[in-house]
Amino acid sequence: MEDDEIAIEVLLVEDSPGDVRLTQEAFRDSGKPVRLHLAADGIEAMAFLRREGIYADARRPDLILLDLNLPKMDGREVLALIKKDQYLKIIPTIILTTSDSEADIQISYQLQANCYLRKPAHWDAFDNLVKSINAFWLTRAKLPQMPRNR
Amino acid sequence: MQKVVLLVEDSPGDVRLTQEAFRNAGRSIDLRVAADGVEAMSFLRRQGIHAEVPRPDFILLDLNLPKMDGREVLAHIKEDNDLKAIPTVILTTSDAEADILTSYQLQANCYLSKPVQLEEFERLIESINDFWLSKVKLPQQEHG
Repeated sequence: MEDDEIAIEVLLVEDSPGDVRLTQEAFRDSGKPVRLHLAADGIEAMAFLRREGIYADARRPDLILLDLNLPKMDGREVLALIKKDQYLKIIPTIILTTSDSEADIQISYQLQANCYLRKPAHWDAFDNLVKSINAFWLTRAKLPQMPRNR
Repeated sequence: MQKVVLLVEDSPGDVRLTQEAFRNAGRSIDLRVAADGVEAMSFLRRQGIHAEVPRPDFILLDLNLPKMDGREVLAHIKEDNDLKAIPTVILTTSDAEADILTSYQLQANCYLSKPVQLEEFERLIESINDFWLSKVKLPQQEHG
């Protein structure tokens, strides 16, 4: 691919520092040029996506990894806001959460989450999952091209 | 439980390849085929001869289809409160930016471009099997 050199921008919306660290390491090990941005709660995620305040120069992410249980504004609400927004709705948004309640799975797909993944409890399974996100979403899937300077 | 996959595809060759690739991936799925968009919608809405069909857990949708094209099928699925939760993955030969963008705009769950090479095609189906039918949590069937 000719655009191999361009880093893929991933927004990780996650409040657990341990999970952030694991995700960073798993992406680093994958060897793909990924630039991981972090939002620790729902309000921060929306500010980043809407380029408000300190995020005025933020790039629009190519992919969003979204936890459901977040402080301030929870992931379901963030998802609903993303998928109602004409500019943001095209960004593939992957739910990555410890919850495996049927209600959460159902509501996430109803809100048009692109896919729902359950965070495994063990480190090596977590690492594998992030690698498969990487292999599938960042390698196989065609992501929408973003106007970079919008 | 065997997963029900609806493949909306008008090329018999690609249907055959997809069936074989799932089989080779060691996955026993209940693969149903709709050869055009009208048939796909009638399957999903259980109309006419489709009154007894199971609700799919997952949809693989080609874009260029006879009668009603894949973009229209996608729009119908994602406008329908009973159907919109079914993960719908576009699988098409088109890799035009406009098609990719439109598909995500219409809330396709994912866009995959069909490789021309047989081996690559098999590998793609294998990765759909590994990712979407194994790792991903699909919504539970509410009925049917």
